[in-house]
Amino acid sequence: MAELTYLEAISDGLREEMRRDESVFCLGEDIGHFGGAFKVTDGFIEEFGADRVVDTPLAENAIIGTAVGAAVEGMRPVCEMQFADFIACGFDQLVNVAAKLHYRQGVAAPLVVRLPSGGGFSGGPFHSQNPEAWFLQSPGLKVVAPATADDAKGLLAAAIRDPNPVCYLEHKGLYRYVKGEVPEGEYVVELGKARVAREGEEMTVITYGSGVHLALDAAEALDESIEVIDLRSLCPLDTETILTSARKTGKVLVAHEATQSCGVGAEVAALVAAEAFEDLDAPVRRLTAADVPIPFSPPLEQAILPQLDDMKEACRELLAY
Amino acid sequence: MKPVDGVVVREPARDRRSHGVEREDVAFVADPGHLKKADRENLLRYMTMMRAAEERAITLYRQGKIPGSFYDGCGQEAISVGSSYVLGPKDRMCILHRDLGAHFVRGLTPDRYLANYMGRSGGPTGGKDGNMHFGDPELGCIGMVSMLPDMALVASGMAMAFKLRGEQRVAMTYFGDGSTANGQWHEAMNWAAVQKLPIVFILENNGFAYSTPNELEFVVDPIERAATYGFPGLLVDGNDVEAVFDASRAAADRARRGDGPTLIECRTMRMHGHGAHDDMRYVPTELREEWADRDPIERYADRLVAEHGFSADEVERIRDEVKTYVDECAKTALESPMPDPTEAHRGVFAEDITPLGDGEALWSHWSEG
Repeated sequence: MAELTYLEAISDGLREEMRRDESVFCLGEDIGHFGGAFKVTDGFIEEFGADRVVDTPLAENAIIGTAVGAAVEGMRPVCEMQFADFIACGFDQLVNVAAKLHYRQGVAAPLVVRLPSGGGFSGGPFHSQNPEAWFLQSPGLKVVAPATADDAKGLLAAAIRDPNPVCYLEHKGLYRYVKGEVPEGEYVVELGKARVAREGEEMTVITYGSGVHLALDAAEALDESIEVIDLRSLCPLDTETILTSARKTGKVLVAHEATQSCGVGAEVAALVAAEAFEDLDAPVRRLTAADVPIPFSPPLEQAILPQLDDMKEACRELLAY
Repeated sequence: MKPVDGVVVREPARDRRSHGVEREDVAFVADPGHLKKADRENLLRYMTMMRAAEERAITLYRQGKIPGSFYDGCGQEAISVGSSYVLGPKDRMCILHRDLGAHFVRGLTPDRYLANYMGRSGGPTGGKDGNMHFGDPELGCIGMVSMLPDMALVASGMAMAFKLRGEQRVAMTYFGDGSTANGQWHEAMNWAAVQKLPIVFILENNGFAYSTPNELEFVVDPIERAATYGFPGLLVDGNDVEAVFDASRAAADRARRGDGPTLIECRTMRMHGHGAHDDMRYVPTELREEWADRDPIERYADRLVAEHGFSADEVERIRDEVKTYVDECAKTALESPMPDPTEAHRGVFAEDITPLGDGEALWSHWSEG
């Protein structure tokens, strides 16, 4: 075990998979000698060479489309979007070609798209988005969003080994903020398994990514028996863990930094309402970003992204119901 | 070369085929010695098979046996047949909707094509996708999507895999004149050039993107752009199967040598509408008549007799054999059951990976070394 930041854990996971499997290669903008905008691939070109750490032109459809073609020909490409927002420019290849390929033709496209996502640093409308719901409406894509350093490593390894296209959301706010013990060497966390991040009896916060830390901090601050479920994987969704916790506590808050309408919160709320209705003691609530683009100026951004006080308030309200 | 004047498409003269090529390293020599008699028979056979299978499919469409719409490549048979014929078994293709002949050259049988159009379980997609949206992975082909020219990038990715592994293999894909206006076309051309990918891009310029003529699609003809990306462009008569073959052979050889991509523009004419619903009233009658006189199959049949020692009877026999074969295939396709509705829920995600298989390689070069 070594203590790594979330960012170092992503690098460690990617490096480990590249050492293990020669078919794994990376492609993206500025990932070579520059080491990537956030330095995830720092030092990679020196170890693996320019053939496996491929600097691309500014062409996101080319990145994803190339990955699809290379994947069907036996490679395991890992694409880096410089910011998750830029997947919009590669969306066609992702949702029309990659996502539907196996269903239409029985051909697997084992590729990973790394998506530095999330706000809170005045990145503005084009460097702060949490686009996971875009992918969840496109059958054929798996979607994961690690919250901890060891999951950042283990879920990346699982995504690379999976025979499907996987969108890997890495929250930029967690890059250096989160640290933890991470197993050395090969380490895989199975896709589709949620984690009970904190046990509790009175209510459940179901969340992922940055929301996990917000929920844990709120639970500590309130000193209440709050259970926190870290989904880790948004598709496939671990419905069993969600429902077990909902039935146990009877009160569910779904929290995420992405916008509210038709998001993960809506999906989880619908699931809980349909399957655990008789065990509920309160309506399922959501704490999310407002349905607006992410504004630039700090007071504006803080006004629309869920803050610790918002989480505490949402928990207090539900506990009091 | 000036862009096409309106909708008047001219047959490029033989000495203009390599127009747009600025580099010295394109070994482009129209050398008839590359084709033996059996090859020429094959070229005629596969063009005829494409025409016959598509005519059969139109009948099925009119009988209401094909759901959705119907698209064919009538008049463009020389392009897919002549180009795919140069490839070896381990080469890979992304074939588009005017290119049925390439599927047949790779080894697909017409019954599977017809079954796919009818949404039957016997088609390569088993009813999951329709019309020409298929590729038989066992024959080294990935099927197209409707968004164009997405497959130019997918084929580039296949070429990227060959390059990374140091394999002397080639990826080939097609697109129409309409595609050259899309941003992904630029992404593919630029990226293939930067990476010197072993890929052959075949542009089928049939004069129209659906109903929109070349003059509303671009000012600079796409073949002129090849040199600006940094690779050769070859302009060929798309209704001359041996001209297409020669250009494709030169381009594939170049790719295999590690010298990078080539763009081949095949001038042709789509003799049917964009789809069966389209009466193509936007095409002037005289233009249609001009191209009807240059039918790639009739021309080649005449040429085989006039220049390559085929008898008229031989040519007739080949065409009869194909017709009989396609009729048999149509029966097989009609016997293929519709898919079980429960199949609609299966296959969204892969459980494991099955590598692509290899295609047929009919050119005598591959069997005779």
